[in-house]
Amino acid sequence: MKPLSLVGRSLGSVYRFLRRDKKAMVGAIILFVLLVITAFPNWFTPDNPAAEIYTPGAGLSWAHPLGTTSFGQDVFSQLMAGTRQSVMIALIVGFLSTFISVAIGITAAYTGGLVDDFLSLFTDVVLVIPTFPLIIVITAYLKSASFWLMVLVLVITGWSYGARQLRVQALSLRNRDYLLAAKARGESSWYVICVELIPPMTSLIVANFLSSALYAVLTAAGLQFVGLGNINTESWGTMLYWAQNNEALSIGMPLWALAPGIAIAVLGSSFALLNYAFDEIANPALRPVTTKRSKKALA
Amino acid sequence: MSNPILQLHDLRVEYDTAAGPALAVDDVSLKLEQGEFLAIVGESGCGKSTLLFAIAQLLTSPAHTTGGSVVFDGVDLTSLTPEALRAYRWRDISVVMQSAMNALNPTVTIGAQLADACEAHTDWDHARIAKRSAEVLSMVSIDAVHLKSYPFQLSGGMRQRAMIAMALLLEPRLVIMDEPTSALDVVAQKTLMQQVETLRRELGFSVLFVTHDMSVVSHFSDRLAVMYAGQIVELGTTREVFDHPMHPYSQGLMEAFPSLFGEKRDLTGIAGNPPSLVDVPPGCLFAPRCPHVMDECHTVRPELVQIGPHAVRCHLVNKLERR
Amino acid sequence: MSEPVLKVERLSRQFRVGGFRSRGQLHATDDVTFEVAPSEIVALVGESGSGKSTIARVLGGLYPPTSGKIVFEGKTLGRTLSRAVRGRMPMVFQDPFGSINPVLRVRHSILRTLKLHRPDLSKSARFDEAVALVERVGLSPGEEVLRRYPHELSGGQRQRLGFAQALASRPSLILADEPVSMLDVSIRIGLLNVMKGLRDDEGVSLLYITHDLASARYVADRMIVLYAGRIVEEGTTEEVIATPQHPYTKLLISTAPDPRLPFATSGQSDDLGEPPKVINPGPGCRFAARCPLAMEKCRLDTPAMTQLSPTHRAACYALDLEA
Repeated sequence: MKPLSLVGRSLGSVYRFLRRDKKAMVGAIILFVLLVITAFPNWFTPDNPAAEIYTPGAGLSWAHPLGTTSFGQDVFSQLMAGTRQSVMIALIVGFLSTFISVAIGITAAYTGGLVDDFLSLFTDVVLVIPTFPLIIVITAYLKSASFWLMVLVLVITGWSYGARQLRVQALSLRNRDYLLAAKARGESSWYVICVELIPPMTSLIVANFLSSALYAVLTAAGLQFVGLGNINTESWGTMLYWAQNNEALSIGMPLWALAPGIAIAVLGSSFALLNYAFDEIANPALRPVTTKRSKKALA
Repeated sequence: MSNPILQLHDLRVEYDTAAGPALAVDDVSLKLEQGEFLAIVGESGCGKSTLLFAIAQLLTSPAHTTGGSVVFDGVDLTSLTPEALRAYRWRDISVVMQSAMNALNPTVTIGAQLADACEAHTDWDHARIAKRSAEVLSMVSIDAVHLKSYPFQLSGGMRQRAMIAMALLLEPRLVIMDEPTSALDVVAQKTLMQQVETLRRELGFSVLFVTHDMSVVSHFSDRLAVMYAGQIVELGTTREVFDHPMHPYSQGLMEAFPSLFGEKRDLTGIAGNPPSLVDVPPGCLFAPRCPHVMDECHTVRPELVQIGPHAVRCHLVNKLERR
Repeated sequence: MSEPVLKVERLSRQFRVGGFRSRGQLHATDDVTFEVAPSEIVALVGESGSGKSTIARVLGGLYPPTSGKIVFEGKTLGRTLSRAVRGRMPMVFQDPFGSINPVLRVRHSILRTLKLHRPDLSKSARFDEAVALVERVGLSPGEEVLRRYPHELSGGQRQRLGFAQALASRPSLILADEPVSMLDVSIRIGLLNVMKGLRDDEGVSLLYITHDLASARYVADRMIVLYAGRIVEEGTTEEVIATPQHPYTKLLISTAPDPRLPFATSGQSDDLGEPPKVINPGPGCRFAARCPLAMEKCRLDTPAMTQLSPTHRAACYALDLEA
């Protein structure tokens, strides 16, 4: 099937490219490890993360590599269990918000005229909506702060920047002759958008996905840190919340606060590193040139 | 009597590619006299633009000058530091790029760009810069009111002329032009060339002009060099090369021009494609496409040999000459 | 006398320019009437701003005309073109680097065209046909070429591909919008010969849009000269080139560079080659501002076509005087 082979070819070239770029490879490995932990958290949690049965405030030991919390929970297990929420929120928000950015940005650019004017205005308005006040208002109104609510808010506030970028790139590609040629030979508009316009924009779309994911990780962690997430679930942000509320840093349990913080930074970095690689895919001029020393040159 | 302002000795430029180094300029040697107009003609990919950038010391990675020297007025430019080179830039050597739309900053007025160039290389005050800017624009028949215009407000021909005006700001001795007429219509082209010619006679600068279209320079250049696959294959006075092309490639090029006048006949152009510059074959680079190819052409590389007023790189021509 | 393939009557296309409240109308093309017969190449000649590309794009269905009638193969065309019509009157574009999708293999567009316009062919028959088409335009081995990506082909090869794609839908008329302008002059001949071959061997008509008179002379049977959106002269190629009647045609011919001629010191005219931007034009001949023969009458009313011979006509008041 043609679309599958197109996807397969793109993935193949992505893999080849990752192999050449060290930064991207590191990012990919980190992400892979985190995905494994997300899929099978039980392999990594030696203890039940919620169980408050251990000595509170214990130092580092083999049983508790990162110590325990004030409530007697194992920090390491909490960290591993919390991976799932953070990674899931990053990926889900990333996908949804990129999907909306692509739909709105490309429609605006391709259709032009009043539709474009309206969609651009809408995008700009959404762009300036502040996240925190919005979720505070919503949480207060709904009196609950579930995972999906957070996803909703992050997607609503996160798609607009990408939509602007994609619209601009689509506009610049729109007048390329090969799109006019497709229209001139009688292709339908849908076909032109899906087969001729979107594929050359793949690298920007992927870059958008990665930055949305990064945005989601950091913002979600921030929201959870101030207690607006569900404080009874396990996630890195809520770990930070509890650590802060119990003044972990001052009472000699620094790892309780540092570990989730570093984990968030590591996840964010993996997206940033992968983003580097896609910059280089998008702009061939940035690619490092590797040269084969020919036999003649050595002679 | 000869007072060459520019001399190239065995200049060699390579590009780093994934398949190995590509030889874009292959041991090119040239001499340019003061006040002379030398045109370099060749197809896309023959190395003419690379040669130009190598002379102007504007090459960037992945291109490198890997051999030879560029001697301007007795000084080897390849041996200078960037700071020392700056003293030459624009004051002695200036460059006119191919597409004004790409070379001019679209968000800055013409006047501001001219002022930029002046400020970068001189210590003139505002009044003097303004006066000189208006002067150079009038030299190319652009009204001084356009100092306040943005590039998109000018027509294509005017933009190219503005580029030339910019190049002449500091009265350079050598102006290098990279296909400045290729984006212009025929009337604007002729106007531009006539302007360049008039200014050259008045101000006495030398011109190094690169193009793929010989007819553009046919009435203006003193000498013509034909370039193929990084090598100069023919060099002589313009009229000589046009009327009596000796290299099979030059002959093929002449044949590829449909004419407006005279008898209408079928033309064939040159069959085949230029060679890959990465694994350069031994022998003559034009051999695979040459209608007069002989055995030795595949194995022995011909040298550029002076035959009367003409220099040609061809075994067949050498053979005929010796008789 | 057979029916013309294409009849264009009083075609006009205007664009709104300026901002939201502006009333400026750019008259890209005004009141254009001409015909194309079967197996004929007609050249639409003009500089940038003459409207030639606009005419091609309206005919190619990229935007509808503001007014006027287009009759193709005996049927009047509506505002949007049916797929069948697009197949019978396909377009070849100017830019070899922009007219092919860079991320898909070269065979994609030809196979798509065959799928859309030749539903009678099975999948394998489509592939064989694609190979045949590609070899018909001089690219071989066909199978190997089809497997490549656009960046692996040269500019000339890509333009040949454009013609192969146009041929795929069994056209009666190909709209060629400056197909060789962005190619090196030595490569153009190959494409021009392909065009001649299509007319001679396949009986396809071509509307060849160009600013280059010499190439128009080489391939075209008839020539139509455009200036500022209007037709100023029309006739067989030989008539127009040997005995041009309109002052603009004479200007074009005198400025076209031909290396085989000695330099025509036809006097440096003050003509700076500025193409006009026809926004909200007034009445009168649009060439009056640049015309050496301009009279009072020229600025007041647009001249009508004067028939000079059964095939030759021009729009100029100066001709009426001679009659």
